[in-house]
Amino acid sequence: MMETSMNVREYSNISMIKGPLVVVQGVEDSAYNELVEVEMPNGERRRGIVVDTQRGVSIVQVFEGTRGISPTGTRIRYLGRGLEVKISEEMLGRIFNPLGDPLDNGPPIIKGEKRDINGEPINPATRDYPEEFIQTGISAIDGLNSLLRGQKLPIFSGSGLPANVLAAQIAKQATVRGEESNFAVVFGAIGVRYDEALFFKKFFEETGAINRVGLIMSLANEPPVMKTLTPKTALTLAEYLAFEQDMHVLAILIDMTNYCEALREISASKEEVPGRGGYPGYMYTDLAQTYERAGKVVGKKGSITQMPILTMPNDDITHPIPDLTGYITEGQITLDRNLYNKGIYPPINVLMSLSRLAKDGIGEGKTRDDHKEVSNQLFAAYAKAVDTRGLAAIIGEDSLSDTDKKYLMFGDAFERRFVSQGVNENRDIETTLDIGWEVLSILPEKELTNIKTDFIKKYHPAYRGKR
Amino acid sequence: MAKGKVARVNGPLVVAEGMKDAQMFEVVEVGEPRLVGEITRIEGDRAYIQVYEDTSGIRPGEPVIGSGAPLSVELGPGLLGQLFDGLLRPLGEIYNLTKSPFVKRGVKLPSLNREKKWHFVPKVKKGDKVSPGDILGTVQETGLVEHRVMVPPYHHGTIKEVVPEGDYTVEDTVGVLDMNGDEIPLKMLQRWPVRVPRPFKEKLDPREPLLTGIRILDTIFPIAKGGTAAIPGPFGSGKTVTLQSLAKWSEAKIVIFVGCGERGNEMTDELRSFPKLKDPWTGRPLLERTVLVANTSNMPVAAREASIYVGVTLAEYFRDQGYDVLAVADSTSRWAEALRDLGGRMEEMPAEEGFPSYLSSRIAEYYERAGRVRTLGNPERYGSVTLASAVSPPGGDFTEPVTSTTLRFVRVFWPLDVSLAQARHYPAINWLQGFSSYVDLVADWWTRNVDPDWKSIRDFMVRTLIREDELRQIVRLVGPESLAEKDKLALETARLIKEAFLKQNAYDDVDAFSSPQKQMRIMKLIYHFYQYGYSAVEKGVLVKRITEKVTVVPDIIRSKATIKNNELEKYDELESKLKAQFDELMKEVGA
Ligand SMILES: Nc1ncnc2c1ncn2[C@@H]1O[C@H](COP(=O)(O)OP(=O)(O)OP(=O)(O)O)[C@@H](O)[C@H]1O
Ligand SMILES: [Mg+2]
Repeated sequence: MMETSMNVREYSNISMIKGPLVVVQGVEDSAYNELVEVEMPNGERRRGIVVDTQRGVSIVQVFEGTRGISPTGTRIRYLGRGLEVKISEEMLGRIFNPLGDPLDNGPPIIKGEKRDINGEPINPATRDYPEEFIQTGISAIDGLNSLLRGQKLPIFSGSGLPANVLAAQIAKQATVRGEESNFAVVFGAIGVRYDEALFFKKFFEETGAINRVGLIMSLANEPPVMKTLTPKTALTLAEYLAFEQDMHVLAILIDMTNYCEALREISASKEEVPGRGGYPGYMYTDLAQTYERAGKVVGKKGSITQMPILTMPNDDITHPIPDLTGYITEGQITLDRNLYNKGIYPPINVLMSLSRLAKDGIGEGKTRDDHKEVSNQLFAAYAKAVDTRGLAAIIGEDSLSDTDKKYLMFGDAFERRFVSQGVNENRDIETTLDIGWEVLSILPEKELTNIKTDFIKKYHPAYRGKR
Repeated sequence: MAKGKVARVNGPLVVAEGMKDAQMFEVVEVGEPRLVGEITRIEGDRAYIQVYEDTSGIRPGEPVIGSGAPLSVELGPGLLGQLFDGLLRPLGEIYNLTKSPFVKRGVKLPSLNREKKWHFVPKVKKGDKVSPGDILGTVQETGLVEHRVMVPPYHHGTIKEVVPEGDYTVEDTVGVLDMNGDEIPLKMLQRWPVRVPRPFKEKLDPREPLLTGIRILDTIFPIAKGGTAAIPGPFGSGKTVTLQSLAKWSEAKIVIFVGCGERGNEMTDELRSFPKLKDPWTGRPLLERTVLVANTSNMPVAAREASIYVGVTLAEYFRDQGYDVLAVADSTSRWAEALRDLGGRMEEMPAEEGFPSYLSSRIAEYYERAGRVRTLGNPERYGSVTLASAVSPPGGDFTEPVTSTTLRFVRVFWPLDVSLAQARHYPAINWLQGFSSYVDLVADWWTRNVDPDWKSIRDFMVRTLIREDELRQIVRLVGPESLAEKDKLALETARLIKEAFLKQNAYDDVDAFSSPQKQMRIMKLIYHFYQYGYSAVEKGVLVKRITEKVTVVPDIIRSKATIKNNELEKYDELESKLKAQFDELMKEVGA
């Protein structure tokens, strides 16, 4: 964003160091968001940006943290430009930190295009609305919460739940049918444990997809600013690949909870007024600037489908991190500890999940003509089943009406037959919908009021005969 | 005009010094890229400026130049059918200019196209005495809307000259006004400061319903033309879809849709679908009556604060032409958060949850701009602004400041319920918590135009839903079997009300819009089900038998999506089936 470039200026009068912040005196003209280089007496160099600038004072946030920085002998160099990272398709198959430095012993990127990692808002007049159904091979997603190309659909997980396995399965299986596509996966690993990062790396190596995957990574023990930069650099790479190289990019960000915690830490060190849960009041806008970097634009062939993963603290979906995320993304896939404990993989709670774009990518000519109605009916019936389970727990199953008992049976079959599937099981959409009909046929036909009679005649197992 | 220099940059807040002549709320240009900002505080010669664009790269010492004017919008032909940003910059034109899919900062484009010629038909002649609001002439702006060019507020005098009928741009002089000896050129293009409500002759009570085609809204919690409504709910509960349905189907002459801090794709969705959809009341493409204002969540936060005022100013401008205008805002919570963010940076004393202490007066002022009015000017005319806004409470907690404050200032409340939404019961409006203070007022309209029984059947449905809630609690204690047969019938009737009437799929071509007559037909079926059922139960028929034998029920439920608004005679068949099946039951018990 920084258009005006200026000469490099150097200062050394540091009046305060606090958290990631260094207050520099005597600076007359530092630019907001200007990049600086901090050189310590031992020659070590770090980078930072100006977060508040006044005549005579400049506050710098140091990316790598302030540990070891002393007010004496440290030089602050203002570089006259913003934070830019060299981006190139050569980053595929490689691992970098969010400043673009290689983490894999490979060579640095020489030829890349310098880009401001904060990106710019996509003009809504130039967006191209997502409409292509991505078949993930997972029934709970394809059948009920379908993912479209260009959508931003997060996974809400809980600690210990298999979000990573699910994300990997989606990355492996996702296809747009009838199309050989130019795809890439950009992986932003935010403050992750090393073993998590390795899980994905190994997974992509095993599937042979590693050369299509670019990994931007910061580790759990790194300073908070590096964590907040990670998704920005990852998405800058994604934008480059999608809008300059015509690729269909799946951007996986893990774990946005680490991102938000880093944001909170930085905010606290700036002594900003905290909002809910101590997170800064601007977290909604900040997250939006990350999540909105997804989609398709007119005149470009590529697309960015975004799948951020976050851990709900205490499995609480109303916690500010999932809450603000849900307010920005186009739905969510929510994992459920009860299902997990029942041994169901993927433990997707379909009622708490949602795909807001599904309506435009499913149905006749896209998936199958009965898709929308089967989906509505499965939702309504499962909601009723869950409700009835609650009632049965209080008054006993025997006091239920016959219809209600059927709903209980349906609920179990839905979880065990429809939701549950293997880690390597890749179901096409027809199979998913047929399983949907199979479990719906447990219910009396008069209960299927969400489905028009024509479709019942066409697909209900009672009319289709045994398959 | 004030001319100063940047002294400090902290995100969207810039402090400038040397700004002796600055005025509160004056628009200024900040720094070398001449970013647009607005003065929100003055201390000595220091002006605090909220900047509407990204301030990266701005440094102390750069120039700040005042404009002498408050934040204003351009009004005139060319607004309809367009997508603008929060400051009314034309986003389509910006793309044509920059050829970039991204919004670049510092791009300056007027809201209204300067080249386009409009066919202007004068309505005054030389020598006419005119005052504010008088119609100078008209332009058929779209197939649907006649744009009435008015004498601007505070202008009166004698028409000295007027152009003949013909094609003119918005900047061409179409008339000259002699105002106390001063010659004032009149143009189709006018400006108005967004934070100031536009004047009118008198405010009147709402009188008619604003019909929406959404059954739970029209019949259970109706809104009136000139009324105010809020739709709060957690994420994913259906605020946007409901507001979009309102924008699509409601019987307003003009619709202003403000996307305030929400998703880019949602605005794209409207932009792309509205030209294809037809206004059910006129049959014309929806975009002909719509203005879209988009300040998406990732755009600068200060412009988000302004976008709400921009939207309501456009609404008032069309109201003044004598039209019924609906302005929806999605979401006012994001606007309130922008206030909080900017207030925090100015180191204002925060009140509840960090929001500034003036939050409630700002919310009150906003809803005050709704209403039905007798407009300024001749010929005499009436117009209305209806405001319907989403509220996005953190964690779905309705006690938080924005929701609880909004509740005090609106007359209709459509609260969304997370458990209904999860069960995919849409619209997920909680029928026990919602309210509308316009029910009696619109009852009169229904009686005169649709059916005198509307009010009594409506009240019957509400009573049955309340009864169902009580009964469900009893069931949780003692099980369903111990209920009296009449109570079981109430439960079945409530189920029918929910499934056949309240549930409405916004994405089903037939179901999405229900004419008042169709609503009435479904209501009558439900009422007859209950009446016949009641007689049957009195005669000893078990409700279990009713659910087995009255097999027309699933068809009644499906009818919302299978019977079109123009084939309501098909309801006769359902009526007679219903009657016949109950007659059969009565025969079984020998009655
Ligand atoms: N009337 C309806 N008919 C069919 N589907 C609906 C209806 N209302 C809501 N939905 C479904 O619910 C989803 C979420 O609705 P919507 O986007 O309006 O939520 P929201 O309350 O605006 O959420 P947020 O606060 O996150 O913006 C929609 O994408 C759609 O799938
Ligand atoms: Mg919404």
